[in-house]
Amino acid sequence: MLVIVAYNPTGGRAGRRAAITALIVGALGLLACGKSGSGSGGAAKEVELLNVSYDPTRELWRDLNEKFVAAYEKESGTKVTIKQSHGGSSTQARAVIDGLEADVVTLASFLDTDAISKKGLLQPNWVDAFPSRSLPYTSTVVFVVRKGNPKAIKDWPDLVKPGVEVITPNPKTSGNGYLSFFSAWGSVVLRGGSRDDAIKYVTQLYKQVPVLDSGARGATTTFVQKKLGDVHLAWENEAHLEVREAKGELELVYPPISIRAEPHVAIVDGNVDRKNTRQVAEAYLKFAYTDEGQEIAAKHFYRPTNEAILKKHADVFPEIRLFAITEIARDFPDAHKQFIGEGGVFDTIYSPKK
Amino acid sequence: MTVETAEVRDAPRAKSAATKIRRAQQDPAWLRWSLTGLAVAVVGVLIVLPVANVFAGALAEGAAVYWKNLVDDPDTRHAIGLTLTVVPIAVTANVVFGVAAAWAIARFSFPGRTLLTALIDLPFSVSPVVAGLMFVLIFGLQGYFGAFLRRDGYAIMPYLVAALLVLLLAVAYFVFRPSHPRARRGLWKTPPLGLAFVFATVFVLLVLGQQAFEVWPANKSLKIIFATPGLVLATAFVTFPFVARELIPVMNAIGADEELAALSLGANGWQMFWHVTVPNVKWGLVYGIILCNARAMGEFGAVYVVSGHIAGETDTMPLRIEKLFQEYNMPGSFAVASVLTLLAILTLVVKRKLEDRIPQSEQGRRTGAHP
Repeated sequence: MLVIVAYNPTGGRAGRRAAITALIVGALGLLACGKSGSGSGGAAKEVELLNVSYDPTRELWRDLNEKFVAAYEKESGTKVTIKQSHGGSSTQARAVIDGLEADVVTLASFLDTDAISKKGLLQPNWVDAFPSRSLPYTSTVVFVVRKGNPKAIKDWPDLVKPGVEVITPNPKTSGNGYLSFFSAWGSVVLRGGSRDDAIKYVTQLYKQVPVLDSGARGATTTFVQKKLGDVHLAWENEAHLEVREAKGELELVYPPISIRAEPHVAIVDGNVDRKNTRQVAEAYLKFAYTDEGQEIAAKHFYRPTNEAILKKHADVFPEIRLFAITEIARDFPDAHKQFIGEGGVFDTIYSPKK
Repeated sequence: MTVETAEVRDAPRAKSAATKIRRAQQDPAWLRWSLTGLAVAVVGVLIVLPVANVFAGALAEGAAVYWKNLVDDPDTRHAIGLTLTVVPIAVTANVVFGVAAAWAIARFSFPGRTLLTALIDLPFSVSPVVAGLMFVLIFGLQGYFGAFLRRDGYAIMPYLVAALLVLLLAVAYFVFRPSHPRARRGLWKTPPLGLAFVFATVFVLLVLGQQAFEVWPANKSLKIIFATPGLVLATAFVTFPFVARELIPVMNAIGADEELAALSLGANGWQMFWHVTVPNVKWGLVYGIILCNARAMGEFGAVYVVSGHIAGETDTMPLRIEKLFQEYNMPGSFAVASVLTLLAILTLVVKRKLEDRIPQSEQGRRTGAHP
């Protein structure tokens, strides 16, 4: 309006006037856009949640989301839309720290979730906010071998037999990578080996790794498509998929002992309080603990924390000794610092192949 | 020519002479053929084969599955739509900035001109990932403006919109003002101080107006990164040099003579720009837009960092391809890749068609334009 008053009396030629009119119309259009953009939302009873997760959980959460949305609408009449964001676990944690407005995070390791908590976006005792230390499901590291297991790999010591090539990603950059390292370490020290024995074992183990990929998917490609190596140290859920996809070319081997991987779930308090979504977010994560949610987890080869349902699927999840990280270190940050961090054990034992 | 006439007169001797000359001028046949073969093989293996493979992979399970992969997946549909939204905005912004920057650099000499030229090239030399991180450091929650944007981000919008409008107004005023002082009448005669006062008043009124009518929501977070604005910013940054880089040499080669002539004949700024400058640099501009567009559509690195990877919200086509690939959905990822490739091929076809239409006289001017 003001613009018109100020610029109408120029008395220029028609072309000029047309141009100026266009300018004013454009300006008013822009304002209108802003207005309409802000006007929408809030009226209808609809909630949108953002679940920031890591790469391999895509199919799992797709299933869980579908079932939860239906169940929640029936229960409360609120229509929920759940958006998913997947990527490398620590990249995702970084994004949430940098302002990605996640309502819940379902990341691969304690370290990543805790990093967000350290920035004040999660309450300090987030681990105890949900049952079973905020773990609706767990996972572990298992072996995938070629058809017929030609190198007869059954247990951790078999990996360092001469001529065996091991595929595992870089512990520095990959969750799968450091969990494999912790598993290998634990397999020695928890069977009575000394620290020196463990160092000797992992030194030999990483000598037998022909390529150290940066991530879990890269290692899978190396093992499955490029057909390198004799054994692949993989996430349990990934290993199941890998074997199923290979149609008989690969086999799964459960070592008698391995680490318990703990992909915690958490509500991002800093975001849900601002977006007013706490109630839905809590219902969402609790859904993963229901029998239905636990069955879905099992279907996607994640070990349900509900004992009864885990027993029911004993054929898929053979009972092996899963040790907690606290058995080889104080906690996850401590283990990471000791073994993987700058100047840790891994730095002293591994030298890249020239 | 002379060899041919000699051939007619004295066939056998001349023929051997001609062969000798040709032999002396050319490398031996085996060398020629092996070099040609090598070049063809390299092009075949490095370019033709992978491109063909994209389409083969996309169509591996039949045309019906291909179509289903593209149309039935809402996330893929959204990714295509998002790319087709982000790219035009980024390219438009770069055309405006590119023309302005090229104009300033080619026509005026001012302190900092060399620095500006170097800055225009900066996005070429900076890794796209660094470019993305830069935006995270500025707009991220831990960055300089992060906390403010999150708390009450829209508070900045009245100022931004008002500044943009006043800038447009000022540019329009000076561009449409008669170039000769004696031809200026009425409002065109406003002295500089008066103009500054008017612009300032308009700015203040616009800001107050927007605030009074509550055009923008209060206490709401304004999402820049991990949302579409961030994608546009990152894409525009990475593709910034293309238009300016194409225009500067063209403008330099043409010189300011015709523009000066237009001004001295009484044209105002707009008339000079539209009737003299634009026709002169048209092909450079078109070429710049095409390159900019091609690069913007394929941009991965910078966008990867600022996207947040929200399926169906901030995944552009290249990001979607990577995601499908990671999900072991080869036909799906190849299908999206084939669309991206088709768009790129389309761009090249348009470029080729346009090159055919460039008048010979301008081709020389254009040759210097490659960065």
